Amino acid sequence: MNNNLIQYIYGIADNSLILGQRLGELCGHGPSLETDIAMTNISLDLFGQVRSYFQYAAKLIGGDATEDTIAFLRKEREYKNVLLVEQPNQDFAYSIARQFLFDVYHLLVLEELQNSKDETLSAIAKKSIKEVSYHTRFSSDWIRRLGDGTEESHNRIQTAINDLWIFTDELFHQTDADKAMVTEGIGVDVTLLKSNYFKKVNEILEEATLQIPTIEYFQKGGKQGIHSEHMGYLLAQMQYMQLAYPNMNW
Amino acid sequence: MTEATEHIDQKLFEILETVSDPEIPVLSIMEMGVVRSAKIINGIVEVQITPTYSGCPAMDVIGDDIKLAFKQKGYEAKIELILSPAWTTDWITPKGRAALEKYGIASPLSESADKEALLGNKKVVKCPQCGSFNTKLVSQFGSTACKAFFQCEDCLEPFDYFKCLK
Ligand SMILES: [Zn+2]
Repeated sequence: MNNNLIQYIYGIADNSLILGQRLGELCGHGPSLETDIAMTNISLDLFGQVRSYFQYAAKLIGGDATEDTIAFLRKEREYKNVLLVEQPNQDFAYSIARQFLFDVYHLLVLEELQNSKDETLSAIAKKSIKEVSYHTRFSSDWIRRLGDGTEESHNRIQTAINDLWIFTDELFHQTDADKAMVTEGIGVDVTLLKSNYFKKVNEILEEATLQIPTIEYFQKGGKQGIHSEHMGYLLAQMQYMQLAYPNMNW
Repeated sequence: MTEATEHIDQKLFEILETVSDPEIPVLSIMEMGVVRSAKIINGIVEVQITPTYSGCPAMDVIGDDIKLAFKQKGYEAKIELILSPAWTTDWITPKGRAALEKYGIASPLSESADKEALLGNKKVVKCPQCGSFNTKLVSQFGSTACKAFFQCEDCLEPFDYFKCLK
């Protein structure tokens, strides 16, 4: 059993799992029917991708492991998602800013993961990339609409971008599992994506007449399993059914 | 472009054709292009299917429906879900596209026209009810992951547009 590979899969899939959970919270609460449906459709795409990753991880782990035990029965420290995706929904601008800052990164990672020596990861990336391109288009569009909209929408999206900016640097940190997988030609070297990421993000922020934040202080920890105070509440809700009714299926 | 399906024995093909997409019942899974291969190996029909969208909840149902259709004809079937090469809307057959239109769903345009349509830049999506191109995008996401939502400005009917996936 290749523990680095399993940890690497968690590092990628947990981002989609936790963001999918956050988007799912908006079901029935979106600001309009169209955006409500959009956010939950994105959530569904992400969960679909997570299923493929976790089915693969379950095969590597063997024994009683299934996609469900991996998704629902780990402890907080064992989830390896970045802090950005676990940040709670506040107003619509916040959810869009979180989505946008993640989508641009997600797409860059998948573009590289397509070339992985691991056939399963490469296939999942090739499948997911089509969906994530669409997510990126949706969130970029809303960044422009809110930024270049009314004074109120402009201020709200600017505040959300400013607040979430501190979580962007962590996206490009490497864990030990990442480093091992890069060496084997399986993983993506995220450090190489950084300049392209900020180029793309800044371009859209400029089009949206938004200021690019200039803060120097960044938060990190999620990739090591050290999460923000919001994660425990999220997991309590996400894991409730599986703990109350053990072995139920997705 | 990769062919949607390998050659499938006529006898198996006819059974597979009776299975429809649970969310678009007028479309058989063969017209949808989700069946990659079907062969009899050691007395068991082995069918490979490929998901349209990763999270498409119809895939589990399609797998069960295939097994049931074969069982009714006296075969045992095994389903394998494969991701690569990834499904594209190019694999929807011409017959399938016609069935979509008749059902009231506008069929996918070319990649570039699709982009213009979904950004709301150009009026290129044809209303499946009256044939007018005077249509507008209501929502980039529709009733399922594979569709966007449009409205015709001539006959005023709302309708689904099957997004191009490439
Ligand atoms: Zn019409």
